[in-house]
Amino acid sequence: MSPAQDRVPAGATDQTGGRVVLAQAEISRALRRIAHEILEGNKGTEGLVLMGIATRGVPLAQRLARALHDVEGVEIPVGTLDITMYRDDLRSQPVRAMERSEVPDGGVDARVVVLVDDVLYSGRTVRAALDSLADLGRPQAVRLAVLVDRGHRELPIRADYVGKNLPTAQSERVSVRLQESDGVDEVVISAPESGTLEGARR
Amino acid sequence: MKHLLSMADLAREEILEILDTAVSMHEVQHRDVKKLPTLRGRTIINFFFEDSTRTRSSFEIAGKWLSADTINLTGKGTSVSKGESLRDTVKTIDAMGVDMMIVRHMASGAPAQIAQWTRCSIVNAGDGMHEHPSQALLDAYTMRQRLGDLEGRHVALVGDLTHSRVFRSNVLCLTTLGARVTLVAPATLMPAGIADWAKADGIELSHDLDAVLPTVDAVMMLRVQRERMSGGFFPTAREYAVTYGLTKDRLRLLPDHAVICHPGPMNRGLEISGDAADAAQSLVLDQVSAGVAVRMSILYHLLSGEQSGEGSAA
Repeated sequence: MSPAQDRVPAGATDQTGGRVVLAQAEISRALRRIAHEILEGNKGTEGLVLMGIATRGVPLAQRLARALHDVEGVEIPVGTLDITMYRDDLRSQPVRAMERSEVPDGGVDARVVVLVDDVLYSGRTVRAALDSLADLGRPQAVRLAVLVDRGHRELPIRADYVGKNLPTAQSERVSVRLQESDGVDEVVISAPESGTLEGARR
Repeated sequence: MKHLLSMADLAREEILEILDTAVSMHEVQHRDVKKLPTLRGRTIINFFFEDSTRTRSSFEIAGKWLSADTINLTGKGTSVSKGESLRDTVKTIDAMGVDMMIVRHMASGAPAQIAQWTRCSIVNAGDGMHEHPSQALLDAYTMRQRLGDLEGRHVALVGDLTHSRVFRSNVLCLTTLGARVTLVAPATLMPAGIADWAKADGIELSHDLDAVLPTVDAVMMLRVQRERMSGGFFPTAREYAVTYGLTKDRLRLLPDHAVICHPGPMNRGLEISGDAADAAQSLVLDQVSAGVAVRMSILYHLLSGEQSGEGSAA
């Protein structure tokens, strides 16, 4: 790997003035490491199913599946979970549109399900995902893989696999942008600004 | 959106949002555990002053699958039969603290009136000869599943237009979605004054079903509502079936891709033949199956989200 690619772009700024904490190289390296950790923890690919939490968790789950395939040469089933209907803040937020939930062939019963999301923050999304998963079947075990853990948990939930632990202030905003949905791979941390409320949730 | 009273109140974007959410809701129907926690703690009253099978049961199932508490009330067996006024009945139920009333009433405009008397959300589940918006939404959903985007598609509504609330809501829904609509009926079953508003809204009128059928993407047969007729709309049932029924012979006039809808209940042999009702192109049962998903979507859109006003303080 060339030194240029290798350099952590600390202090680099994105177009909105945020600080880039993970660039493309770091993101793909983190996913490759997580793939190895999953294989280690599971002692192989036996019974593994990846479930991406909509929306950013979905492309991440697909990338993880590719990384797992690169290592072991085995196709891991990938599904998606939309947790909108399981949120605990439906009455205090504007109506949200739903995404699709898709269970891979073979279901989740007696499988080891790895939930994949972009940012772990309050833990409420994961709580909702666990409830949603329970309605789809009874996995043998459920693990959690996140690209960024930014702290400030409000529920007793932790991740099994973390791309990067990112100490943040609650007022700061962490945005994960991915090639598939945003045209660029980067994780940006920015000070609270006027405008989007999304920052408060992330 | 607090109430669903008329399709005229919905913009194109709102209709599409309800239909898109329904696609996700439909997926729940195929699960082992048909339950989402979304409307936990919400109470929905099904208030039906008129008979209904599919609308009432599908609203009830939709509410239950979203974890709301649903209760059924009919005109019969309530204090209405003891002479209590509609207003007092509604006020009484409102005082119990329900979140939504789904109302079917024989008087056009009753749900809109009830919405003035209560704080809860009102869904019009069919009022007299006025509207039946949830039916129009599920019809649009079913046609969209088969035909894709309805923009520019040609839909014919055939039959008893005068007495049909389904037709009124469907015309509003389909034209909002950009479909081309043709109404086919004998002159006696065309509502008074229809020529004027058809012209204003760009809707075509016809008395010749055979000429219209080859050009449609979807044909919706409407039930001949004999219970609302006081005679004299057409000479005999047989003549109606021959001139305006979707018979086995007429089935051949339809393009291959075209679909057949009927809001139900069907009068087999009158407006639709058994062959047409059970044909591969028939979406009648798809409509019923879509009914639950679309109604779940309606309940979700009306009962979740920040409500302007009361109830959101929690």
